[in-house]
Amino acid sequence: MSPILELTNVTQRFGGLTAVDDVTLSVMPGEVVGLIGPNGAGKTTLVNVITGVYRGTGTIVFDGQRIEALKPYQISRLGVARTYQVVQPFPEMTALENVMAPATFAHAGVSLTTAREKAAEALDFVGLGAEKDKRASSLTLAGRKRLELAKSLAMEPKVLLLDEVNAGLNPAEIDVAVDLIRRIAARGVTIIIIEHLMKVVMNLCTRIVVLHHGAKIAEGAPDTVTSDPAVIEAYLGNRYAKRAAERAAAAAGGAHG
Amino acid sequence: MNKGQTMHRVAVALTLIAVALIAALPALSDNYLLRLGTMGAMYAILALSWNIIGGFAGYPSFSTAAFFGLGAYSGAILQGAGLPMPLAWVAAGLIAMAFATLLGLAILHLKGHYFAIASLVVAEVLLEITTSWTSLTGGGMGLNLPIIRISIDAQARLFFWSMLAIAVMALGMNYWVSRHRLGFGLMCIRQNEDAASMVGINTTLYKVTAFALSAVLVGAAGALYASWVFYIEPPDVFATLTSVKPIVMAMLGGAGTVLGPAIGAVLFLAMEELVWRNLLQIHAAALGLLIVALIFFLPGGLLGLVTGKRKRRVVAKKGETTSNSAVKGGAA
Repeated sequence: MSPILELTNVTQRFGGLTAVDDVTLSVMPGEVVGLIGPNGAGKTTLVNVITGVYRGTGTIVFDGQRIEALKPYQISRLGVARTYQVVQPFPEMTALENVMAPATFAHAGVSLTTAREKAAEALDFVGLGAEKDKRASSLTLAGRKRLELAKSLAMEPKVLLLDEVNAGLNPAEIDVAVDLIRRIAARGVTIIIIEHLMKVVMNLCTRIVVLHHGAKIAEGAPDTVTSDPAVIEAYLGNRYAKRAAERAAAAAGGAHG
Repeated sequence: MNKGQTMHRVAVALTLIAVALIAALPALSDNYLLRLGTMGAMYAILALSWNIIGGFAGYPSFSTAAFFGLGAYSGAILQGAGLPMPLAWVAAGLIAMAFATLLGLAILHLKGHYFAIASLVVAEVLLEITTSWTSLTGGGMGLNLPIIRISIDAQARLFFWSMLAIAVMALGMNYWVSRHRLGFGLMCIRQNEDAASMVGINTTLYKVTAFALSAVLVGAAGALYASWVFYIEPPDVFATLTSVKPIVMAMLGGAGTVLGPAIGAVLFLAMEELVWRNLLQIHAAALGLLIVALIFFLPGGLLGLVTGKRKRRVVAKKGETTSNSAVKGGAA
């Protein structure tokens, strides 16, 4: 099986700042990949490079096709959908109209009637069916996050990039959101999720990629990654990492003695 | 049949009746009214055209004067070269459209105030070029158009009906755009351009199309105006006010709606005429104050009163502020 998304030596610089530093990554169809790292690690920038908002260097292959030189609307039409860290609804439209937009424009030759049916279906899937005629701006934050998911689902994506869909939600709302993401993955959509909440990452992801200062410092199964000294150092600083290592060594020594 | 469809049919029927009544205006054989009618139709063309780029797409274009003047001069020069009048109008519209397409590709990546200023400068540049290019345009001396050999009354009727026909086309264009995926895409662009491109809208193509549509009938109206008044000069057809008035009209009636700009154009003309007649000395100041007051108290335009859009906008704004604080709270 060939990867659905393959990044090779992707770099993005802003003036003197290297926001994404030589990242190579391949994602297989059906995977749920967690993208984690401290604030400013370049996670969102990487999503912006994949979706064509920024044009970096390196190659990006999606579904056997080079996409690094394409525009955002072209990439999204191919089947790469995303949600934003800060929700981006069309505020004056109803929830239904919001979801109709991707249903209309993501594929050629979709009539507004068909788009309306697809949109209603996507809203039902995320549990917003009862609120389809409400204005997007009058939904709760949790509702608007689900609206973002419905919008990206209406594009019928092959790959879905979720940028902190759980930020700002309370624990009960997070459980609902995690369940929803799991159901989306079960439909066969490949998911790359940026997330700060370790509970969510450990629960959902089949694989975790850690970014630090724009570079990939670790990659692997959730358990392996969280015990990786480089990851602990990136998150908690090297003094803590050294102390943790000493403690581990002492414990090991104590066991021997 | 639901309530929305009934409302829609009633609105269409009323519009058709209104157009028919206006078209019968020459029956009163009052040339002053006919002149006002021609002006009103011209204002409606400008406001309805601006509505495509400014109302639907939310790009505050001040290019109307540029398209109008370009159309006027194109039409006048072509008519002078011997092209029949109606063909000159069509050609002027197409020239304005082609110009808007190129201009749009150059400046539509700018947003908000930057776009407004860039679009405002265009008319000034064209004004300078027309004034300097004496061999083609007659420069500051202006340009005379060929005289038409029919009676004055027949001329008045001809220009009135032609202008009205273009205004009806402008109305039809707005109706078509509002029901087509183009209009839906433009609405998305107005509300959130980044999100619009992320849901698969080719924003450049949509914006340039909207800009070109907002120019074509303005160019034709400019050429018709030139034929109507027989003499044009650069400061007359490239006047900045020609860019500002359509925006005021559209906002008066309701920007982003189909009928609003047309209603606003008629209302604006009525106010302009009444104020001018009764307050000759200070008419500009009085009209200005009246417009500020109307826009202040009718933020959604006249149609906003009918559809309750104003109320909803207030709610939307409240919703946005709470959402922002919620997001901030979440990030903190």
